[in-house]
Amino acid sequence: MRRQLWMASVAIAASVAFAGPLSAKTLVYCSEGSPEGFNPSLYTAGTTFDASSHPIFNRLAEFERGSTTVIPGLAESWSASEDGLEYTFKLRKGVKFHTTKDFAPSRDFNADDVIFSFERQGKKDHPFHKVSGGSYEYFEGMSMSEIIETVEKVDDYTVKFVLSKPEAPFIANLAMDFASIMSAEYADKMMEAGTPEQVDLAPVGTGPFQLQQYQKDAVIRYKANADYWGGKAPIDTLIFAITPDASVRYQKLKAGECHVMPYPNPADIEAMKSDSDVNLLEQEGLNVGYLAFNTEKAPYTDKRVRQALNMAIDKKAIIDAVFQGAGKIAKNPLPPTIWSYNEATKDYGYDPEGAKALLAEAGVSGLKTNIWAMPVQRPYNPNARRMAELIQADWAKVGVEAEIVTFEWGEYLKRSKAGEHDTVLLGWTGDNGDPDNFLYVLLGCDAAVGGTNRARWCHKPFDDLLQKAKQTADPAERTSLYEEAQLIFKEEAPWVTIAHSVVSMPVRNEVVDYRVHPLGGHIFYGVDLK
Amino acid sequence: MLKFILTRIGLLIPTFIGVTIISFSFIRMLPGDPIELMAGERGIEPERHAQLMAQFGFDKPLWEQYLIFMGKLLDGDLGVSIVTKKPIFDEFFTLFPATLELALFAIVFAVVLGLPAGIIAGVKRGSVFDHTVMGISLTGFSMPIFWWGLLLIIFFSGILGWTPVSGRISVLYYFEPVTGFMLIDTLLSDEKGAFRSAISHLILPAIVLGTIPLAVIARQTRSAMLEVLSEDYVRTARAKGLPPFRVVGLHALRNALIPVITVIGLQIGVLLAGAILTETIFAWPGVGKWMVDSIFRRDYPSVQGGLMLVAAVVMLVNLIVDLLYGLINPRIRHAR
Repeated sequence: MRRQLWMASVAIAASVAFAGPLSAKTLVYCSEGSPEGFNPSLYTAGTTFDASSHPIFNRLAEFERGSTTVIPGLAESWSASEDGLEYTFKLRKGVKFHTTKDFAPSRDFNADDVIFSFERQGKKDHPFHKVSGGSYEYFEGMSMSEIIETVEKVDDYTVKFVLSKPEAPFIANLAMDFASIMSAEYADKMMEAGTPEQVDLAPVGTGPFQLQQYQKDAVIRYKANADYWGGKAPIDTLIFAITPDASVRYQKLKAGECHVMPYPNPADIEAMKSDSDVNLLEQEGLNVGYLAFNTEKAPYTDKRVRQALNMAIDKKAIIDAVFQGAGKIAKNPLPPTIWSYNEATKDYGYDPEGAKALLAEAGVSGLKTNIWAMPVQRPYNPNARRMAELIQADWAKVGVEAEIVTFEWGEYLKRSKAGEHDTVLLGWTGDNGDPDNFLYVLLGCDAAVGGTNRARWCHKPFDDLLQKAKQTADPAERTSLYEEAQLIFKEEAPWVTIAHSVVSMPVRNEVVDYRVHPLGGHIFYGVDLK
Repeated sequence: MLKFILTRIGLLIPTFIGVTIISFSFIRMLPGDPIELMAGERGIEPERHAQLMAQFGFDKPLWEQYLIFMGKLLDGDLGVSIVTKKPIFDEFFTLFPATLELALFAIVFAVVLGLPAGIIAGVKRGSVFDHTVMGISLTGFSMPIFWWGLLLIIFFSGILGWTPVSGRISVLYYFEPVTGFMLIDTLLSDEKGAFRSAISHLILPAIVLGTIPLAVIARQTRSAMLEVLSEDYVRTARAKGLPPFRVVGLHALRNALIPVITVIGLQIGVLLAGAILTETIFAWPGVGKWMVDSIFRRDYPSVQGGLMLVAAVVMLVNLIVDLLYGLINPRIRHAR
């Protein structure tokens, strides 16, 4: 009896502690760090996007929650011209911007806001271009300043983008975080008041949540936007409790101090699976971890050598040891969740004898080389050092002697970009769910010299297919072009495709309809609490 | 006394200049630059890289950058973080109250337990109590903080449910901070129960952060007591027939305190420099974690400004400790 009483009092104390002073529905998310700021176009980190673009803002097009499918957002519909050089967007009517203590919008969202949001980033003489440091790395990184020629207002609810060249992934790019739409009226008002940087510090968007309070490294607080054009969010308050350590996040989740947490510690996964309060959601990540051969250096100029070294690696062992099961063997440079992933690709099996024979055929013996291992943890490669050691051991079995090299992260990126490596471990996480964002960015000829193509591989038949796909609007036709490109890639073997990670998201049982987003974001509109 | 204070302050100036040079050059000696790190796997065009470096002024020769930095410093301007684009002063002083609050509680915890433990251990040298205190303090001193913090969280928050896991206050309380000191702010707010919530959030981090200072203070007090207790004047006091409490409490302790205060002062300095591990485990929004994040991002202005402000605070604490010596031991202030 005493024990029961004790349990009951603990239960009451616990429920009081969790209910707290607020009675409305409050969802607490134990986030991993502080955002760099609240204007998503100025930054590149996922942590920043989680806190800014997803809750506060909208884009012309949006990714459907939990998928890479592009759906209408602030634009109700769009159409492209025959030549793929003009895109016309019909804008949604009656969309309200947030009202804050410094700003009450006098009008609804319209074409001026779209033009402001893009011209601020693209036009160097725009009055807002230099505000808040003025570097728009994603906009530049996606080559938007080259692609977009002009943004024109046709009428209040119609906007036309004129492009300098056809770019099929354009719509998907507009659904990315950097393309969030801000209020031109708010910007004008802040400029007049002499405090233009307020636009980035106290954000005003059209999104499902409105920022209420931010305390650096501690908490971010949002309230649901009651006038949201898509309907008010089921929860009333959204709180980010910033908790940098993964094991502590799990303790908070267990104690009910938060409902959802990202990036669990791999060592905690087993405990989470058997935890009756916690539901472990899993999804394949939109990423790829690979080993790139420097195809400009002998003997990697010879594709037989690249193929042989592919055959010499036991990928299954790597997945088990490095990913501890939270990974999947990669056979294509594209992750399987992306459209046009080629199921028919046949991977090089683990075949040390075949590798030896192929090396002999290429006239290579006693090869000495290096493997670069990243100094940081990434979802696509949680332990590069370990992975390099396994590859080193595999290669030793076929007579290849490899030395493991590493540098500080910035230095690593710089030197590998300059092509100082023989072979390098790296990876990529997709931005917009378009195959172009993997194939062209990582393997295209444009990126082959001093760019993101670490294999420095420029293969005309492959590149032609990518260029053609860029200029084709028809998804079915693009799919077949990319499928063919993947077969050429496998045959030419500029990389060893190693793994796609599996993303785990522990959420408490009372959370309803949380969906793991393949693009890596954490999105709470549409999520409810029991 | 005034002369004593002025000399002490005068000595700080060269120290401070030394600190600016070290904090300025230290971060730039690390390989990698902020722009490259910001770009990550995505990479950045060399022209754009150069353009951004120029925009932040990192393309100028080092001595010129230093002179610009010092010039601005004299105007009270520490520059702007290249990551958050906010002034370093604002960043630092939003986080510093949290560090200060935690450090004060940790040091109070350490002194309140460490001082009596050390005194008794010293007086009862060789006793079971002495051995126990010294054993525990050695353990405390060598405790890996991360592990210790997690252990306490799992036991007190996870299993017993007595304390909250992390943070400064339950996130469900909503009020605007006024002073940045949570205990004061919660009293100023009209949120019921907020003060209690803030106190309960302080307990575990203060214990974890106070563990090493506690061990150091206990050991230092014990050895200082041992030394003083063997002095002639203590024997004289005892021979005069003074009660043991007066001998220990008045005659011995006052002299034994001098090295102990030095140690406490040094420990406060250490704690204010940011309790990086404790802040990380308990999600405590203080300067230690901010400094480490800034180093990883090669946020030069934040690192050099932050280091300087921390150094200034530590120097201030040392100055106060110096002045306290004078108060406790008149021989020090009259010697000059």
